[in-house]
Amino acid sequence: MEPITTFAGKAVALPIDNVDTDQVIPAKYLKVTDKSGLAEGLFTVWRYLPDGTPNPDFALNRPEAAGATVLVAGRNFGCGSSREHAPWALAGYGFKAIISPYFADIFRGNALKIGLLPVTVDEETYHELLSHIEEDPETSVTIDLAAQQVILPGGRAVSFPIDNFARHCLLNGIDQLGFLMQQDEDICSYEAASPITLNTHL
Amino acid sequence: MPKTLFDHVWDAHIVRPETPDTPAVLYIDLHLIHEVTSPQAFTELRQRGLRVRRPDRTLATMDHSTPTTPRNALGIIPVIDPQAIAQLDQLRKNCADFGIPLFELGSANQGIVHVIGPEQGLTQPGMTIVCGDSHTSTHGAFGALAFGIGTSEVGHVLASQCLLQSRPKTCAVRIEGQLHPGVTAKDIILALIAKYGVGGGTGHVFEYMGEAMRALSMEERMTICNMSIEGGARAGMVAPDETTFAYIAGRPYAPKGADFDAAVARWRTLPSDPEAVFDKEMFLDATSLAPMITYGTNPGMGIPIDAPVPTPEQMPDAGSRQELDAALSYMKLEPGKPLLGHPIDVVFIGSCTNSRINDLRQVAHHLRGRKVADGIRVMVVPGSQQVKRQAEEEGLDTIFKAAGAEWREAGCSACLGMNADQVPPGKYAVSTSNRNFVGRQGPGARTLLASPLTAVASALTGVVTDPRTLLDQE
Ligand code: SF4
Repeated sequence: MEPITTFAGKAVALPIDNVDTDQVIPAKYLKVTDKSGLAEGLFTVWRYLPDGTPNPDFALNRPEAAGATVLVAGRNFGCGSSREHAPWALAGYGFKAIISPYFADIFRGNALKIGLLPVTVDEETYHELLSHIEEDPETSVTIDLAAQQVILPGGRAVSFPIDNFARHCLLNGIDQLGFLMQQDEDICSYEAASPITLNTHL
Repeated sequence: MPKTLFDHVWDAHIVRPETPDTPAVLYIDLHLIHEVTSPQAFTELRQRGLRVRRPDRTLATMDHSTPTTPRNALGIIPVIDPQAIAQLDQLRKNCADFGIPLFELGSANQGIVHVIGPEQGLTQPGMTIVCGDSHTSTHGAFGALAFGIGTSEVGHVLASQCLLQSRPKTCAVRIEGQLHPGVTAKDIILALIAKYGVGGGTGHVFEYMGEAMRALSMEERMTICNMSIEGGARAGMVAPDETTFAYIAGRPYAPKGADFDAAVARWRTLPSDPEAVFDKEMFLDATSLAPMITYGTNPGMGIPIDAPVPTPEQMPDAGSRQELDAALSYMKLEPGKPLLGHPIDVVFIGSCTNSRINDLRQVAHHLRGRKVADGIRVMVVPGSQQVKRQAEEEGLDTIFKAAGAEWREAGCSACLGMNADQVPPGKYAVSTSNRNFVGRQGPGARTLLASPLTAVASALTGVVTDPRTLLDQE
């Protein structure tokens, strides 16, 4: 995985609460066996009109939103299904970070695994960002992962929480599976001591 | 320090404790996989030259993209969708290459992943159970710590049988009192989510407790734990008790003889210590509950069935007013109007929330000797092949068919509309599943979530109907 450090990107607003992963990407796009092509299905219900043409009113389709890499979204973003296809589709579309007052647990974990930053900010910062974008659709924010800060257009820096380990992995391009594989000795001793017996090969 | 049920299970599965710089390495006892969220994980394993560490702790089934159309003359369930065929073939290959047992489509044990775990006795108290599916929370009904994971994590568990996890917070959900006739476990969980919201449990593991919970059967407890995720909690748990042990005894994968006794002795130590402290508490009075139904586009948008659809004025803030507006415009429902009597087009009885044998018995009981309303499509989809067989042995299928309902093969079906089982655009469905998201049951589908009892009452009349009217007729 490519290390992530600091990046600046244009922000686009989707100020809707409880955006579930069925909205991010509907089930009909989940019949794939790889990760490619998922961006096509991103927000498909909102992005396209019933006749299949782009919906000009949807935030991501406005010309000013072209090239946006930061999505500012409502509370509880990514609730519902555990599908990692949701962060795959968002990243495939070009997003590098999602800013929200809070994320659903599984989505947050999935996003971190693939280097799509879930940035949790307080309500005030969320609303400030929304007004910035409303005033100037070219609004750009800077996200500094090492410092765990979002830098707003006015220059105000806001800290965001992120799991230390995930941050370390993202900054250094380390993958978590590699780390787990190094725990083999501990896993073996755990297995030897576990009282639970089960064998799925009946 | 006194421990909660969650603490007991969590602490017993720590391979390497959490440090300020690293999450805990948590051991996983049982890993369930299905065709939709696993293929990319196997690709990762192949690319890295890794094996599956514990194929004997892994089990695969086919459920999400599988059709539920009746078998053909050869007794085979025909799969037509080329993408679904590819996905199922990939799962077959992955299971064969890595030595993972597979419940093949149409075989005796196949079914929805959260139905087969418990019915096979794979799901046991005190275990850690994961699956690339958010409704893995279902298995928590047995006092297991069970939660959904993403595909990257499916790869982690395949390769190491472990997950990197930070300790979640705990939330005691007290459900006291007694349910009135016509009010079910499904209504408890819909009422809880309506009260605390779809984000209310974020960051927490629920432990359901109280008089009402103890009185419920395992199937009913599963219905409640299933929808923990709809309340924002990644997992929901119920302390194991005699009801739990009796359910597990004798199931194929359950411990036998002296091993079973030893396991029960271990399971008895799991419930929360009396002095245990939770990070948060929620409360619901079961006695005050009516049958619930949803009117909106998330499972928290639920009301007692005899209440009117909320109005924007009743909403606490601008955000929720906007959310209500959007939901009602999608649902084409009017604020302040009752849902009772609203015409419907489809009734879906199925999904990992409500497709077990007791759900089907309840539905059949009310359909016996009756007909579903004209023009209403009623799909009855058993949760597993075993449920299907049992229902057929009891003659329930005959009752469904005679009433004009469809009796289908086991699978997720119209719960997520990944196959042909869909609700047509703009049509209303009373569904016993767990999600009413925009387009969940098919593009433009309008889902009203409710209990099997409400579903059957509405199937008989063709309009949203209070299930208590069924009881009055008895
Ligand atoms: S029945 Fe529905 S909720 Fe349950 S596993 Fe299948 S798709 Fe998911």
